[in-house]
Amino acid sequence: MENQDILESGIQRRSFLRYAGAGMAVVALTAAGCSKDNDMVDPVTGAVDLGSGDIGILNYAYALEQLEAAFYEAVIKTPFAGMTETEKIFLTDIRDHELAHRDFFKAALGDKAIPALEVNFSAINFNDKNSVLGTAKAFEDLGVSAYNGAGKLIKSPDYLTLAGKIVSVEARHAALIRDLIENGSFANMEVVDANGLDVARTPKEVLAIAKAYIKTEITANNLPS
Amino acid sequence: MQKPILKLKSLPITYLLKPEIMNIVNILSEIEKVDGEIYERLSPRRAAMKQFYGFGAKIAAAAIPLSLGSMFNKAYGQSAPVAVENVLNYALTLEYLEYYFYRTGSGTNGLIPAGPGVGAIKTICDHEMQHVNLLKGAITGLGKTPVSFTAANFDYTAKGTFPTVFSDYKTFLAVAQALEDTGVRAYKGQATNLMSAPGVLQTALQIHSVEARHASHIRQMRRAPAGGGLTAMKPWITGANDSGVPQVDAVYKGEENTTQGGVNIRNLGYSERAATEAFDETLTMAEVNAIASLFIK
Repeated sequence: MENQDILESGIQRRSFLRYAGAGMAVVALTAAGCSKDNDMVDPVTGAVDLGSGDIGILNYAYALEQLEAAFYEAVIKTPFAGMTETEKIFLTDIRDHELAHRDFFKAALGDKAIPALEVNFSAINFNDKNSVLGTAKAFEDLGVSAYNGAGKLIKSPDYLTLAGKIVSVEARHAALIRDLIENGSFANMEVVDANGLDVARTPKEVLAIAKAYIKTEITANNLPS
Repeated sequence: MQKPILKLKSLPITYLLKPEIMNIVNILSEIEKVDGEIYERLSPRRAAMKQFYGFGAKIAAAAIPLSLGSMFNKAYGQSAPVAVENVLNYALTLEYLEYYFYRTGSGTNGLIPAGPGVGAIKTICDHEMQHVNLLKGAITGLGKTPVSFTAANFDYTAKGTFPTVFSDYKTFLAVAQALEDTGVRAYKGQATNLMSAPGVLQTALQIHSVEARHASHIRQMRRAPAGGGLTAMKPWITGANDSGVPQVDAVYKGEENTTQGGVNIRNLGYSERAATEAFDETLTMAEVNAIASLFIK
């Protein structure tokens, strides 16, 4: 299990460069005049590393918001068959919120932001309501669980509050999307346990689920845990 | 929940065989059945767990209760007992406020029209009861005394402001929305006071997002004809008080904010509407208490 993790992880190659051939790798990057941004991108695998500490957590959130924003942009660009006026209003609002979240993180992170990620929506049929809403539900519930699990990993009180300001909006989205699929499922037992608690997931758990929709390889081995 | 197993593997086999050690493991397993987060509470960074098992042979049978007690104290935030206890009792007060509101509404014949609203209110009421029980347990676990309320302690007319709260469904939902949106803002405002107790912080966040799901659904219920037919109502908060109820302005104070972490969201190319909707805002404990006090006799 452990070996498999290591083999699958982009960080292994990265570590090799860093420790075994660190001198050469650094020289090569410097000589190529790479900007600071590109320090996050593995020159060999192209994997994007989220970084460490609070910056790593913000980049983690930024990655998820990029995914959601790209998804809802596509949803509004090619509306599914039979999209009602109300659905269109709500889904357009959600698109705007996710874009605002994405651009907020990009602005807040500045030169520490990871680059734009390439998404993979090949499994989604944007013409089909069930496919779109089912994916939206998965993304929103995943986002809620991601913020719920990341809160305690954040060191800065300001960033923690910001995460809180976003996660409740994601939960409002999640509840709406669920109700569009099945009225009354806004907080059913799939997402709220017998103690009345929503789901919390670690970054590792979240990224394992999200990677099916993100073409760019993401490594998160330096995130706090 | 494999962390203790991993830790046990690193222990010499003689420790595994010590009955007192196995008892502790059994206790933890039992707690885990009712509190899946116990290991996270005990130590989100696993340091305390490591420390605990690191005692090794020093853990004599007589010393175990003490070790266990100190571990639980760490888990539930003994490092900042007053702040954490205050937040938990504050949260418990709000959960009681919500719970008895929905319980009274559900128990009032003819208030909630037959249909999906009945199930939705029951779902929400159940969650509030679960939150009450969870918070009571957490406070007791800290060795502190949970606050206690009964239905008789609350006045949901808010001293006569909403006289038809339990006779008119639309008013009932309007008050529900105010309570849910207040709850979301209240938990959000206390997150930073729980940073010393990561397990408690995560639990609070897991309640917070459930309250937001409730708020979203109540807002949708108010769009329906029976709930008021407010077709402009959205599951998220637009601007400041978008509830249509001017008496609850305090619930939405500051929600019109468009600047986050020094970044004006409007300057990123977003409308004022989107910029306010995309971020929910906090309320301080004093602001929330002022709102809650309207409903407490």
